[in-house]
Amino acid sequence: MDALTNRAQAVGRKPLSLWERLYLPAIFKGMAITFSHIFRKQPTIRYPEQKRPFSPVFRGLHVLNRDEEGRERCTACGLCAVACPAEAITMEAAERLPEEKGLYREEKYAAKYEINMLRCIFCGLCEEACPKDAIYLSETFAPSNFNRQGFIYGKDDLLIPNPKTDPEGYEKAKGRKEPTTAG
Amino acid sequence: MSLLVIDWFLLIEKLVLIAIIVFASLGIALYTTFAERKVAAVLQDRPGPNRAGPFGLLQPFADGLKLIMKEEIIPNTSNKVLFVLGPILAMTAALMTCAVIPWSSHVELFGRNIELQVADINIGILYIFGVVSLGVYGIMIGGWASNNKFSLMAALRGASQAISYELAMGLSLIAVLMISGSLSLRTIVEQQMTQGGMWNVVYQPLGFLIFFICAMAECNRTPFDLPEAENELNFGYHQEYSSMKLGFYLFAEYVNMIMSSAVMACIFFGGYDIPFLDESTLAPNLAALLGVLALLVKIVIFIFIFMWIRWTIPRFRYDQLMNLGWKTLIPLALLNMLATGAVILWRQG
Repeated sequence: MDALTNRAQAVGRKPLSLWERLYLPAIFKGMAITFSHIFRKQPTIRYPEQKRPFSPVFRGLHVLNRDEEGRERCTACGLCAVACPAEAITMEAAERLPEEKGLYREEKYAAKYEINMLRCIFCGLCEEACPKDAIYLSETFAPSNFNRQGFIYGKDDLLIPNPKTDPEGYEKAKGRKEPTTAG
Repeated sequence: MSLLVIDWFLLIEKLVLIAIIVFASLGIALYTTFAERKVAAVLQDRPGPNRAGPFGLLQPFADGLKLIMKEEIIPNTSNKVLFVLGPILAMTAALMTCAVIPWSSHVELFGRNIELQVADINIGILYIFGVVSLGVYGIMIGGWASNNKFSLMAALRGASQAISYELAMGLSLIAVLMISGSLSLRTIVEQQMTQGGMWNVVYQPLGFLIFFICAMAECNRTPFDLPEAENELNFGYHQEYSSMKLGFYLFAEYVNMIMSSAVMACIFFGGYDIPFLDESTLAPNLAALLGVLALLVKIVIFIFIFMWIRWTIPRFRYDQLMNLGWKTLIPLALLNMLATGAVILWRQG
């Protein structure tokens, strides 16, 4: 049978020579190799202190967006929940009262908006389904938690800071750029 | 003060010395576990434990605390007395070796001349061999009392390995004893310290190599760690142990490593001798201090070599281990002994 590649090597079955049976030369060779690894550069990234740069298409935690005047964009149409293959999104719609005009962009808004981060597969289909540009995936991931309830993110976890009252926080969430320290 | 014709100061002095040596050995062993993980890490391009304290220096305390806090399990079907006795024996035997090791020359303190050695007995090396053979009881009893097939197999392996390698170890030392003409470790060290005297490793390179290999086998270090061969025996002789009893077994291995490093440094590498320095020109206290440091440096180097070998070489197969011990090391040690004897006779004319 022909070999698939030309890299195949026949295994020698002849008994070890005296030099090989001494073991020591081979052992010293091996020890020299391991010793040389002391001076190698470590590829480890010391995580909490150093962070890797994210890819520009990274899909992380969800953010509920606001418009320039700080009004919530979401109208609770439910398209994201329909698009979600993991059925991680639930919401409850409510009608905007006249005095709430500054808070919500359209007449309808999401009174409750929850994403179960344990179910979510971070596929980004909600982002694509949204007609109002209200939800997008940021460049952070869900921090660990001690109980499952903690992974159900409500509106107060998801909403982006108001650009009017907290412009710094808004820019930070919007800019999506955390300084990366890993080399 | 001489009550009952006993020199009480001597007693106090020795007790203090014993306390210092035991606690120092345990402290060094504690940090040897840390060093093992760090050495393994740098040899494998990893940073190693670095979370507990600066550079991870508190890691051994975290490990110790974890072991103590764990639930203590004694199997129902085990022999309870022997089960508890096993780790105690392992630890005691490991620590007993330090009694005859000369840590340095002598210090002059409070007008007394204090030898930095617990007992300068004239059969020091024989004593070490006796205690080292006791160490195998820790493994044997622990493995047998657990009432577990794997533990028993590991215990059998450990016992036969220790007995086989003790022979070659003893034979390789006889050549050194023929040169020095004494079994006292202090005498052997002082002979290597005399002006013009060389370290024994120069006269006995083969003897040292055999002794080193056997010491590795006695300490159950890789490539001879068959009693705890994880892939065949799960965890080896301490499989049923938990909590600090397991800690004692693991710890005893490191104490053993320190002690065999100290013995090797004393017999083959001049003990507390500082190379190219005439200690008699220094003040005795300074010389003693430098001597302790020199011995510690030698011990640290040996421990590093032990670890370096562990993270380089895979484990021997059991038949290879026995072949190496009985068919290679013992004949080599015998040859070495005969050659040394012949040279000594020839030089005497």
